[in-house]
Amino acid sequence: MNNGLKTFTNGILKENPTFGLVLGMCPTLATTTSAVNGMSMGLATCFVLICSNVVISMLKNVIPDKVRIPAFIVVIATFVTMVQLVMQAYVPTVYATLGLFIPLIVVNCIVLGRAEAFAAKNSVGLSALDGLGMGLGFTLSLTVIGAIRELLGTGNIFGFNLYADNYGMLIFVLAPGAFICLAYVMALVQKLMKK
Amino acid sequence: MAFFLIFISAIFVNNIVLSQFLGICPFLGVSKKIDTALGMSAAVTFVLTLATVVTYLLNLLLVKWQVEFLQTILFILVIAALVQMIEIILKKISPSLYQALGVFLPLITTNCCLLGVAILVANGTNKLPMALDHNLLTGTLFAFATALGFSLALILFAGIREQLAMNKIPKAMQGTPIALLTAGLLAMAFMGFSGVV
Repeated sequence: MNNGLKTFTNGILKENPTFGLVLGMCPTLATTTSAVNGMSMGLATCFVLICSNVVISMLKNVIPDKVRIPAFIVVIATFVTMVQLVMQAYVPTVYATLGLFIPLIVVNCIVLGRAEAFAAKNSVGLSALDGLGMGLGFTLSLTVIGAIRELLGTGNIFGFNLYADNYGMLIFVLAPGAFICLAYVMALVQKLMKK
Repeated sequence: MAFFLIFISAIFVNNIVLSQFLGICPFLGVSKKIDTALGMSAAVTFVLTLATVVTYLLNLLLVKWQVEFLQTILFILVIAALVQMIEIILKKISPSLYQALGVFLPLITTNCCLLGVAILVANGTNKLPMALDHNLLTGTLFAFATALGFSLALILFAGIREQLAMNKIPKAMQGTPIALLTAGLLAMAFMGFSGVV
């Protein structure tokens, strides 16, 4: 039990995908124009992470070592396609905003990285917990960055208006703001982690 | 003229790294020295153009057999196989080129600009100047131009980072944060091109 809890919190705090491992930068920068967008992207990735971790952990003894990477990629791509079809059917507006970055979950380094580093060596239960922890850690960091950018850029947070949007700094919703915002959040995390 | 606009748009206005956020991993990962940045740029240009041609043709088959939902799975497998094949062929035909690009080739499979550009061209979601639909020629040119845009951003960034390494940087900002901040300023500079096409 203790071990399971450790695996779970590991992904959220110590080895947070964005701030600790610095993996999956493309969706982190591209989809965090608002808190809701960041959260949807995080949750979609979280689902793929859990499912692929579970399936790969179940198949780890069947897959020959030499072809494991292509096999992992096929498993991941299958779940990504499922997410794509489900989102297209039930939340078409979110799917339209996230667009290209949903199919690109396939090449998100976190998913393949966890499959290779964790699921291929551990039991099904632990792999599911690891997927959940990593997924939630990713969702958390994307939501935080999204919220900061939304607040600075438009004066909203989760769509609720805090101040008139003509005081917003539009640059934070545009491309340069993504880099700058992530840079400062990451510097803050580095400073806090050191202590 | 349309072809010229494809180039301007893909290299400067809609730069793949600085305004589309594709290929950030190699952009941050191999930009510490100009030499490695050049090697990576050459490898990406080569593979991206080739992969886009192959996936574009493959997508025509997918549409014909009405199995478009297989797109993601098939594209990533084809790209992985293609990268592997290029590696083997290069090793045989041109050992010197293989020496130069060799290390970067396996890294390219997980470069999201490959799959990203392949999907953009195949689905026609990418907006060409004058609202043209992609055909094989424009798709190939677009992929090539995008790769040039990637190379430009990567090499510029590597040049700045080489200078940066000699400066004193506050402790908390060292490493990735300062690199991201630099990229942000670079992106701001590239924003000046918006509206040109």
